[in-house]
Amino acid sequence: MIVAKGLTKQFKGQTVLNGIDLSVQPGEVVAIIGPSGSGKTTFLRCLNLLETPDAGQIQIGDISIDANRPLGGQQSAIRRLRQQAGFVFQNFNLFPHRTALENVIEGPVIVKKTPRDQAIELGRRLLAKVGLAGKEDAYPRRLSGGQQQRVAIARALAMEPEVILFDEPTSALDPELVGEVLATIRGLAEEKRTMIIVTHEMSFARDVANRVIFFDKGVIVEQGDAKALFANPKEERTRQFLRKFLGTTAGQD
Amino acid sequence: MIAESLQLVADSTPFLLKGAGYTVLLSVGGMFFGLVLGFALALMRLSKILPLNWLARVYVSFFRGTPLLVQLFVIYFGMPQIGIELDPIPASLIGLSLNMAAYICEILRAAISSIDRGQWEAAASIGMTRTQAMRRAILPQALRTALPPLGNSFISLVKDTALAATIQVPELFRQAQLITARTFEVFTMYLAVAVVYWILCSILAHFQNRMEARVNQHDQEQ
Repeated sequence: MIVAKGLTKQFKGQTVLNGIDLSVQPGEVVAIIGPSGSGKTTFLRCLNLLETPDAGQIQIGDISIDANRPLGGQQSAIRRLRQQAGFVFQNFNLFPHRTALENVIEGPVIVKKTPRDQAIELGRRLLAKVGLAGKEDAYPRRLSGGQQQRVAIARALAMEPEVILFDEPTSALDPELVGEVLATIRGLAEEKRTMIIVTHEMSFARDVANRVIFFDKGVIVEQGDAKALFANPKEERTRQFLRKFLGTTAGQD
Repeated sequence: MIAESLQLVADSTPFLLKGAGYTVLLSVGGMFFGLVLGFALALMRLSKILPLNWLARVYVSFFRGTPLLVQLFVIYFGMPQIGIELDPIPASLIGLSLNMAAYICEILRAAISSIDRGQWEAAASIGMTRTQAMRRAILPQALRTALPPLGNSFISLVKDTALAATIQVPELFRQAQLITARTFEVFTMYLAVAVVYWILCSILAHFQNRMEARVNQHDQEQ
């Protein structure tokens, strides 16, 4: 169970997030869509405190963070929360000096103190799961963008998190590599993993997500069942956005 | 003429070796303590705690902004006046280390800053502390960037140890001075000493290349 209450964030006097409330049920897949600068990525980054909210509360599993109090004293809770919230970055952010397998086992070994051989077994299994069996010893530079992103997904899975947060996971990929990453995420959705996905892939959001949230100007404009929202958006702002987007991406599925 | 020169160099070899020993001692010692102090200074420079940051800035500014020779004189000749008397070798070792630390601080600070913020975030996202992130993700990469300039500084340090001759350290250059004072074979002896410095620095450059090749491994490896 993930709950955000009243998340607020300002950058240089400009309000990027204006009191966002959201709760996500276990097993639910939530897609967040919206124009650039709408605050959707900032919101996702606030959920695991990569960005510091100015106000609000976050709860993931049994860990809560209260941004209304100083965060300095909540550092260890923040670290425990991050272990519960896997994060997949737009630019992968793999450790370039470590092999695919070493990237995946880094969290379990260093943070969770899992015995190394046990972590290696887990790492191999996860790499196989994302379709990268045989690439254990490859350094990130030797992998395609799509492969790197799948290693990053395995790295997030290795912490056995409550929820996985995806920040535009396919935006930095060449078009022909998008499909393999989306297929991996789709596979996780079928396992009933809890996921929040910020994305520009509208047809993917419609097919995979249970719920879609439309962000604009730091607020949630509209949310609802994925298929219903795409088929029949209620707000004019949502309609405008989808028209523009589906106009340019029509025919992709 | 050439035979005589070679004979002189051969006769002087024990003194030159002894001098080279001190040169190596000062170089390795200066580099070691310079690295330790320089790393601490780099962390201070990167710290958000302003007084620490400021202190490191002043330190670097002073030790880079004054001649090493002057620093050595202050330590060896100056400090006895305030009650701190040091033998030549500790005095020169301290001077060289303090001076190196300033340069190493800047090298490490730049190397650490050059690592993409995404690496810190990736480490944080799996629940690492800042110390774990530094040790496991940032430093190994920063070291790769820092290795060539660190190697250069080390090589400069080997040559700078010659300044210790001015405060009576019996290192390589000082040995040559002592021998020429006796034999007046200035050209031969100073040239011989130059060659020894050259050999020392070449050995260092060789190790530097090997280490760079090692840390760059993950670029080439399949």
